Amino acid sequence: MKKLTYILALTSLVSFAQQTPAPKQTKSILIMGGTAHLGNGRIQEDCLISIIDGKIVTVADGKLARPSKHDIVIQADGKHIYPGFIAPNSTLGLVEVDAVRASDDESEIGEFNPHIRSIIAYNTESKITESARPNGVLLAQITPRGGRISGTSSVVQLDAWNWEDAIVRENDGIHMRWPSSYARLGWWAEPGGIEPNKKYDEQTKAIQLFFDQSLGYSNSDKKVKDIPYDAMNGLQSGDKTLYVNANGEKEITDIILFKKKNNIKKLVIVGGYNAHKIADLLKENNVSVLLRRVHDVPNSEDEDVNLPYKIAKILTDKGIIVGLENAGDMERMQTRNIPFYAGTCAAWGMNKEDALKLITSNTAKILGIDAKYGTLESGKSATLFISEGDALDMKTNKLSHAFIDGRQISLESHQTELYERYKDKYEAQGTKPEVKN
Amino acid sequence: MRIFKLLIVLLTVNLSFSQDYFPKNDGVKQTFKNVVAVTNATVYTSSNVKIEKATILIKDDKIQEIGTQVSIPKEATIIDATGKTIYPSFIDLYTEFGIQKPQAKPRNSRSPQYDSERNGYYWNDHIRADFNASENLNYDENVAKALRETGFGTVLSFNNDGIVAGTGLLWTLNDAENNATRILNKKISQHFTFKRSSLSGQSYPSSLMGSMALIRQLYHDAKWYAAGGSKTKDASLEVFNQNKNLLQIFNAGDKLNILRADKIGDEFGVNYIIKGSGNELERIEEVKKTNATLIMPINFPDAYDVSDSFLAEQVVLSDMKFWNQAPYNLKVLAENNINFALTTADLKNPKDFLTNLRKAVELGFPKEKAIAALTEIPAKIANQNNIGSLKKGNLANFIIVSGDIFDVKNTIQENWIQGNRFVIEKIQPSDIRGKYDLTLDNTKYDLSIDGEASKIDAKISQDKVEFGTKLTYNEPWITMVIKGKDSVSSKFIRISGFKSETGLSGKAILENGKEVTWTAVKKAAAEVKKEEKKEEKKTPVFYPVTFPNMAFGNNSKPKQETILFKNATVWTGEKDGILKETDVLIENGKIVKIGKNLSQKGKVIDATGKHLTAGIIDEHSHIAISNGVNEGGQNSSAEVTIEDVVNSEDINIYRNLAGGVTSANLLHGSANPIGGRAAFIKLKWGYNPDEMLVKDAPKYIKFALGENVKQSNWGDVERLRFPQSRMGVEQVYEDYFSRAIAYKKEWDSYNATKGKIAPRFDIELETLSQILNKKRFITCHSYVQSEINMLMKVAEKYNFKIQTFTHILEGYKVADKMAKHGVGGSTFADWWGYKFEVNDAIPYNAALMNNVGVTVSINSDDAEMSRRLNQEAGKTLKYGGVTEEAAWNFVTLNPAKLLQVDDKVGSIKVGKDADVVLWSDNPLTIYAKAEKTVVDGIVFFDIDQENAKNEMVQKERNELINLLLDAKNKGLKTQEPKKKSSGHYHCDTLGEKCREFHAKYNN
Repeated sequence: MKKLTYILALTSLVSFAQQTPAPKQTKSILIMGGTAHLGNGRIQEDCLISIIDGKIVTVADGKLARPSKHDIVIQADGKHIYPGFIAPNSTLGLVEVDAVRASDDESEIGEFNPHIRSIIAYNTESKITESARPNGVLLAQITPRGGRISGTSSVVQLDAWNWEDAIVRENDGIHMRWPSSYARLGWWAEPGGIEPNKKYDEQTKAIQLFFDQSLGYSNSDKKVKDIPYDAMNGLQSGDKTLYVNANGEKEITDIILFKKKNNIKKLVIVGGYNAHKIADLLKENNVSVLLRRVHDVPNSEDEDVNLPYKIAKILTDKGIIVGLENAGDMERMQTRNIPFYAGTCAAWGMNKEDALKLITSNTAKILGIDAKYGTLESGKSATLFISEGDALDMKTNKLSHAFIDGRQISLESHQTELYERYKDKYEAQGTKPEVKN
Repeated sequence: MRIFKLLIVLLTVNLSFSQDYFPKNDGVKQTFKNVVAVTNATVYTSSNVKIEKATILIKDDKIQEIGTQVSIPKEATIIDATGKTIYPSFIDLYTEFGIQKPQAKPRNSRSPQYDSERNGYYWNDHIRADFNASENLNYDENVAKALRETGFGTVLSFNNDGIVAGTGLLWTLNDAENNATRILNKKISQHFTFKRSSLSGQSYPSSLMGSMALIRQLYHDAKWYAAGGSKTKDASLEVFNQNKNLLQIFNAGDKLNILRADKIGDEFGVNYIIKGSGNELERIEEVKKTNATLIMPINFPDAYDVSDSFLAEQVVLSDMKFWNQAPYNLKVLAENNINFALTTADLKNPKDFLTNLRKAVELGFPKEKAIAALTEIPAKIANQNNIGSLKKGNLANFIIVSGDIFDVKNTIQENWIQGNRFVIEKIQPSDIRGKYDLTLDNTKYDLSIDGEASKIDAKISQDKVEFGTKLTYNEPWITMVIKGKDSVSSKFIRISGFKSETGLSGKAILENGKEVTWTAVKKAAAEVKKEEKKEEKKTPVFYPVTFPNMAFGNNSKPKQETILFKNATVWTGEKDGILKETDVLIENGKIVKIGKNLSQKGKVIDATGKHLTAGIIDEHSHIAISNGVNEGGQNSSAEVTIEDVVNSEDINIYRNLAGGVTSANLLHGSANPIGGRAAFIKLKWGYNPDEMLVKDAPKYIKFALGENVKQSNWGDVERLRFPQSRMGVEQVYEDYFSRAIAYKKEWDSYNATKGKIAPRFDIELETLSQILNKKRFITCHSYVQSEINMLMKVAEKYNFKIQTFTHILEGYKVADKMAKHGVGGSTFADWWGYKFEVNDAIPYNAALMNNVGVTVSINSDDAEMSRRLNQEAGKTLKYGGVTEEAAWNFVTLNPAKLLQVDDKVGSIKVGKDADVVLWSDNPLTIYAKAEKTVVDGIVFFDIDQENAKNEMVQKERNELINLLLDAKNKGLKTQEPKKKSSGHYHCDTLGEKCREFHAKYNN
């Protein structure tokens, strides 16, 4: 009996640590009978998915294909299977508690910081991160904030012992915040309107100068190493993507001109609230958009009250590759709501499978990880999950299984553990206490 | 000509006399001042009495006689004013003219200052009742001149600084004499504003509602002080009481603030004269209902420079519309028979005053009303009978205008104040315009003088060769400079002369310096120039006011309808559960029938495949609030109420309706343990704040616990206010509730014994007594279980219960205790991670509390989330698996229960208010859209109208941008596309830190 108590105590102790990363998958897995949302716009009913060595080997119609023998067979009848959702432009693991400065590592001082690398500060044991996984978010682009050039991001998977293990694509892109041509006055309770930013030209010139210098440096003999200029290498070759944060029509237009002038191979607009107004220009220049948080109010009181819900569709209809990002207030904790941003886009006119692409294949393409992630297709990483129902709807987003590179990850979290603990407490108390008035 | 005019003014002879009993050391004493007769003028003796060919006889500072039958004494100096129009000089009752403004002492500390710096005065330094303008004078001749040139003769001056800003004086703009003569009334008015004094850094009040509460408490204290209640002296209260019979002038500003000032006035029996801002037409009915006399500025916004289309995007429709509408404001006020005077206040340049006034008149503001608003009305308000009209015995304060003052061509030429003549532009009684034969140095030329009477031009020619000529005429002198025959040379003929009987003659100095005489004989009258073809006058377009006056406003306030929803899936929220294929009839603002196949009545809406629910009630909202949600200047602010500051013009009302929200409980922020009182409103978009308030709903107050009230995230400078720990928070409550008990005892014993002097009425403790008497209920911002438990224990000790814990993210940890206490939990669906105290926040909170028997609601605390509360309710299906009906009640019936309005709203039940929403789908799914949102039987949102409304906004924007561009092309003044800040209040005390703090962590 004593021994049992001891074991119980030990288990409960263990259960309150972070979720243990799942070990490498050595077994083959077969998922049968579910509806697979492939992430490429297609659905496969009664789908048969075979996973071997952490990779998807087969995605087939269950009525036609005959399953071979697998170590693990998951019957998913009535359930839905999705590729793991991706959170781009994210600060997961860089800040734990917004208001606690000691837990905040998302930005560095200085203006031009391409050499600042988010990956080394990425905390794989963030409790916030583990609360995003049970909603289907399995990958993220860890991105620094602040300054004019904030730094360099890396793409990670969300179940790892340390940042090195977590890397999916290291140093994938450089993030820049384009100046705004106007400034907003006032504060949230008393917005005071706008005024032109008189320093706009000066600020954009400073960016150009920095790019000129870094290009000059890369062509020089580099006798003396210049760390920031050195870190800029790769934008012209396409090894790195340039992510530029901007929302205004004028700013985005200027950025596209900037891209041409500087021969930037891969450019992504982050934010892009007004991108739909110059969609053709974006399309012509092969620029994709990581659209700002869908669950937001319009910028202006004059705008369609539901405009933020509709922009993704307008851009998609114009042939632009759109992913959804989530920067802003409480952005880390809101990561778990990314599926519902896509759901809202679907509610406001987008085809559901196209809406799904906004958080799967499109984002994977934008981040340059689409060879392995973003769709349920043979040859790709088995980074996927099974949900009781439609995962874009909070009503039915309930995960039973999730896999990253074939490893079956825990769907528990600090939060589910507290839930279980207090549920047990009240169940042990028995019936509801009498309510006095 | 222009330069000359200025000179004339400077040369005006000073005919004034010093006080006759004063010694004279710089010469002999002179006391004679001749009588002056201004003759042959058209005189407006008042706004509606006009006398032609009248004479005004002026003796000393007064009008001795006026009329057409005046006998002019032989010694009188006569001024012929033929063709001129005379009006009483204008009166401005709202200026800071000539006031020596006290300077604030620099503050060294960055920490907030909670106490007053002065002693012997009121506890709050923003009450500056003791400031008397008449003791801080610095008569400014330059400003006086500018005002005189605009037509003003008398002004009221005060220092517009502080919530009570002290007294004002009435004085004339009489440069010729000194204050002994100028001052007509040394203490005429007591002034109020909603703004803090620039002289004090005292942190309270930091919000509009705080200012309002402070004014109320001041009235109570003044009454108590007057009755002898205070044991100590208070210099502020003493003068405040002494000054209560003066004019009480309130600088309200925005139209809604007029209603707010008037409300305070009604409560304390004071009829404020209220200074408006120019946007009264947006809520004209309500402004009219106040019956207040107004003082109106006429500063029309400059056109926005919209030539940069990107920046133009940033100007909102409401601002563009207001640019169009503002010049009509006075007309609308006049049409509504609102009594008002005009002021130059708020104008950057007093010269714009006449320009704007003329524009208002051109657009329909009646001339006589304009004159009255500048003369007899302000005189009457000021109770100053001897100004504002021209009659025997009145002060000789009048302006001489070259004609009708409202005609752009005409100018104010003289302004007489207290019998002193101030020439602005010399009257030119003789007209020298005509065609002349000019003989100069034995050569004949043609001279032609023409142009406007006030701006004449000369042309000299010989055999069709013209000579460059410049002429100035200052009767009787004529001077001309003529460029020599040799056009390349820079030599000139200089001519001077004067008008004689036959023409003009005088002396000339030739190019070579030789002096000769010249004559010019008139041969013909000047050619009358044809009126230049004026640009065809476009009929001005007036964009009608909408309710509210902004994008998505209604053309008129929407009305109640009888509506039959046919064949809906009805989520009753009651025992009946969800009824399929059911009809619901609403009539007279109530739900009257629920059933199958109801007979047709009213407007029938086919709701097949759709879902009808009660409207969403947001238990914790901060939308629709003017100028500050926190009164954080003290650790308790029970005296303030959001009901004072409901803002009916917030776009978030409409956005919330589009998300199916029909009511919102507007809460004070969480900056202090005892916050302010709440306002429960229905989202009646277009209606005024008073109509939105649900008056008979039980009253609430916001309390708060944890990091915000102990200022954890406010920075290191904010370490002065008690409490700084959770331990201290308990003691704040102990302190206030025990004081409230003592307070109540004091009043009870006074009421029982009918004692002599009533105890001090303390709004804050009154509010806390209401809590103890179960007449007011607490909704408390809370996170951590320890403090939640503490507050329940405090309440139990004082024998009441907490009604609601809001946020309550650790409620699940003490749900059993909450259920036992009987407190509800109004929580977020899934928020966490934003500060330390939400580490253990879990999205299963709602489900756990619900399962243990706590009444649970899901609230927003956020203008974005509030329009998706249906989705937030949907999350509770995922987190904890509550039933669909229970989840839906989290945003409808349960908040209604927590707010104790569930007898009226929150479910679909016969007899309840018709606050319903028609959804496209199951409202708990992400795919559901609110299609129709109905409040009190009035459709306030209809998705079918959305396209039309959006198109309308775009159409009006386009039209107005074109009008703005047109205005710019015409050379009208423009401003950068900057939205005019409508707020008068800023978070002064907490500054930038406050902004950061509120934006990030004030949840």
